[in-house]
Amino acid sequence: MNWDIVIGIETHVQLKTNTKQFSGAPVEFGKEPNSQACLVSMAYPGVLPVLNKESVNSAIRFGLSIEAEIASRSIFARKNYFYPDLPKGYQISQFELPIVGKGKLSIDIGDDLKEVRILRAHLEEDAGKSSHGVIEGKSGIDLNRAGTPLLEIVTEPDMSSAEEAVTYAKKLHNLVQWIGICDGNMQEGSFRCDVNVSVKKKDTDVLGTRREIKNLNSFRFIKQAIDYEVNWQIERLEDGGEIEQATILFDPESGETRSMRSKEEANDYRYFPDPDLLPLIISDEDIKKIKKLMPELPEEMKLRFEKDLGLSAYDAEGITSSLDVTQYFLSLIDLGVNPKLSANWILGNLFSKLKEKDIGIENSPIPPKKLSSLISRIQDKTISNNAAKQIFEILWEDSDKEVDLIIDELGLKQISDSNKIDEIVDEVMKTNSAMVEEFKSGKDKAFNALIGQVMKASKGKANPSQVASILKEKLSK
Amino acid sequence: MLNLSLKELSLALGSKKFTSVELTQFFLNRIKKFNSSLNAFITIDEEKSLAMAKKSDQLIQSGSKSCLTGIPIAQKDIFCADGWKTTCGSKMLENFIAPYNSTVIKKFNESGAVNIGKTNMDEFAMGSSNETSYFGTVKNPWNHDCVPGGSSGGSAAAVAARLAPAATGTDTGGSIRQPASLCGFTGLKPTYGLVSRYGMIAFASSLDQAGPMAISAEDCALMLEVMTGYDNKDSTSINRKKQNYTNCLDEKIEGVRIGVPKEFFEDTLNPDVQKVVQEALTQYEKLGAKIINISLPNNFLAIPAYYVIAPAEASSNLSRYDGVRYGYRTKEYDDLMDMYFKTRQEGFGDEVKRRILIGTYVLSAGYFDAYYLKAQKIRRLIANDFKHAYEKCDVILGPSAPSVAFNSGEKQEDPLAMYMQDIFTISTNLAGLPAMSVPAGFIKDLPVGLQLIGNHFEESKILNMAHVYQQNTDWHLHKPKGID
Repeated sequence: MNWDIVIGIETHVQLKTNTKQFSGAPVEFGKEPNSQACLVSMAYPGVLPVLNKESVNSAIRFGLSIEAEIASRSIFARKNYFYPDLPKGYQISQFELPIVGKGKLSIDIGDDLKEVRILRAHLEEDAGKSSHGVIEGKSGIDLNRAGTPLLEIVTEPDMSSAEEAVTYAKKLHNLVQWIGICDGNMQEGSFRCDVNVSVKKKDTDVLGTRREIKNLNSFRFIKQAIDYEVNWQIERLEDGGEIEQATILFDPESGETRSMRSKEEANDYRYFPDPDLLPLIISDEDIKKIKKLMPELPEEMKLRFEKDLGLSAYDAEGITSSLDVTQYFLSLIDLGVNPKLSANWILGNLFSKLKEKDIGIENSPIPPKKLSSLISRIQDKTISNNAAKQIFEILWEDSDKEVDLIIDELGLKQISDSNKIDEIVDEVMKTNSAMVEEFKSGKDKAFNALIGQVMKASKGKANPSQVASILKEKLSK
Repeated sequence: MLNLSLKELSLALGSKKFTSVELTQFFLNRIKKFNSSLNAFITIDEEKSLAMAKKSDQLIQSGSKSCLTGIPIAQKDIFCADGWKTTCGSKMLENFIAPYNSTVIKKFNESGAVNIGKTNMDEFAMGSSNETSYFGTVKNPWNHDCVPGGSSGGSAAAVAARLAPAATGTDTGGSIRQPASLCGFTGLKPTYGLVSRYGMIAFASSLDQAGPMAISAEDCALMLEVMTGYDNKDSTSINRKKQNYTNCLDEKIEGVRIGVPKEFFEDTLNPDVQKVVQEALTQYEKLGAKIINISLPNNFLAIPAYYVIAPAEASSNLSRYDGVRYGYRTKEYDDLMDMYFKTRQEGFGDEVKRRILIGTYVLSAGYFDAYYLKAQKIRRLIANDFKHAYEKCDVILGPSAPSVAFNSGEKQEDPLAMYMQDIFTISTNLAGLPAMSVPAGFIKDLPVGLQLIGNHFEESKILNMAHVYQQNTDWHLHKPKGID
């Protein structure tokens, strides 16, 4: 039987603000437990919330970046439930009237562009953390994170595979960093996804019952969790079973999902407008002001790179896949390096090496300036591409070395003197007359073999394109 | 010292007739003498109060004195005061020492006023008789068999028995005005948003408002000048120019249109109270005011709407008392749930639990629209009633409470009868309007209060009306027997 997979994602984006959502407490990560918790974070009797304007601006920036409607009036509501790391006994969130309405985000699926509809995005505050086992026989509560500003971004169920879900998550992850509202640090929990998964038979429009996988904080986990969950659901249905709505957790150790609570156990959150906070009013003027400060978005930049710099769609997508990559690229072309060559080098050699060593491009051992001097030596034909790869490896180990010195030391300078190449070609044609005969009798393959011989004879230094044209000319005589 | 108004006390302190330490000691001695019978205070801290008085004397010496400098004020135990036990009348916070100052306390401290002690109150301000307090009932100084009203019952008894020259209260549904009425002094609930709620332990956030409780309208005006003002720590605080409330006290009230809502004089009102109110109206007419009949057709819905909205907000506001971070935690428990259940079972009294249950119910899925949303709609209707009324009149006048002080225990078993105590006061909380209770007479030696309701931000108007009345009557100067 054939099944469709239906996926919607709710992402909790931690906003990069100096202070908490409703108090002046700092939001630094990794500090001594409860050192970032003020009286408001600890919900002392009598304290009151005051909205962080910075987080409101972040939400507006996000709304603008997905072409969404920004609500002129939105409401903060209380979501009531008891948990030790939720000090007030309620979370301040937005329920009926969120700050950001319907928008969209396009993702590249193969050669196609797919639009993922964003249903809404709303402001809320994070809870603290419970820790078990730190203090023997007791549970500890750390309220440093309590009250941290979050933007929860909710999609329509528009994704139909784990790959699409991951592509969306990556795209969103890039976007929120790009517009400067989130540090994107997934390990520290700055970007966490709840993924709703259901399956349905291909011949029906009726959606299946969904299960929500909570708190996935890596792209790999998103993929693994969805794959496991989809298989589980399909197997269950094919065995004649039913899916019950549930909230589930993904265990990275076992690669399996397990139920946290069923629908019956779900909380009644008793949402109601928070009487401590006035409706949030945003004027057209406010939006205009923020619009002026918006950077060029990745999607816009991608199109511009294709059009103005002649990058392929694939390269342009790769170069704009993260702000750090884009910045690296822009530094290169600012130094006068050819954009296409730059893109090739970043997405090729640099990327594979970074990935191999698990390093972010912002921490690349080879800074843009060094790579630019390497690429410019390819550009001015001083060295061949192969020689450049050799130098790249050396720079990776020690980026203080000068490119030109390495070229000299290793004698990698390319031979571009046509007289010199002439000589070598003549010599090779003489010693490989059999190959020459083969070519002349119509075996095109022999041409490449001859080029190989010329390169070998020049110890790889001859300019390959020059070799090709000279050889061609001589063979046609 | 006993019979001086705030203004007179301030003048006496300024002219060094006595020091703040002497004045503070005088009232501390009175508290020592009378509090064991009245139970008006939960916390008294002589050392702290006298240290504050000393500081105030220095301020006075250095000539940098403002109108309340050196004057002892009793603070309702709902206001967090740094280093003071702040219980809110609950076992839950029996040993809670506030680590910070509420804005109200901060303002009094900055003015150089002396905190003379924290007054008893209904638990979490839920009650109309001070009988829900974990710290015991408060006696009405006029008759010890009677309740002082609530929830600011301790402040009320303290002011009536002259254990402090003035006190603070909070009013969510009548908790300043009803006890002021039952204890025979002047109390004012300001426009919602005029006094910061920061550090005032929340009962129902959209209704709670702090205000002064004192002998006269003039005293209330002086207190109000200290208490009001925009506070960026309270998002519902209103940012408007700070007003002077004493300037216009003496303005002529000739031609002022007094609206009398017919709904305030129906069968819920005790006929003797009605008589007192009528006499006050006659007095006002003599002073040149015009009486205009008005109608507040939705007033009868005020109590049901209030008892949906207030418990809804309270059920959420009181969730933080979970035994995890501060306050009461049950002694023995098996697990987290057990700890929650026992802590809240043991830490809250019956009335608080009743309201948490009601509030949780009306916010539940499936009931929210029928109760909470409907109550909010009624709230708007009630506000509109007042809006229409103020097109015809300048102030509204009626009784503060349906009866005089009742006996302790009389209504304890009948919550609905207790809730009816606030029938004339609740609608102004729902509409966010300022209102005050002014002594207007006695029934069998128990005081009766007159309620004056102003339009938004018209505290000056009602204070002016009350002051002029008090210049022509002496009801507010009567004192209970046996307090000298």
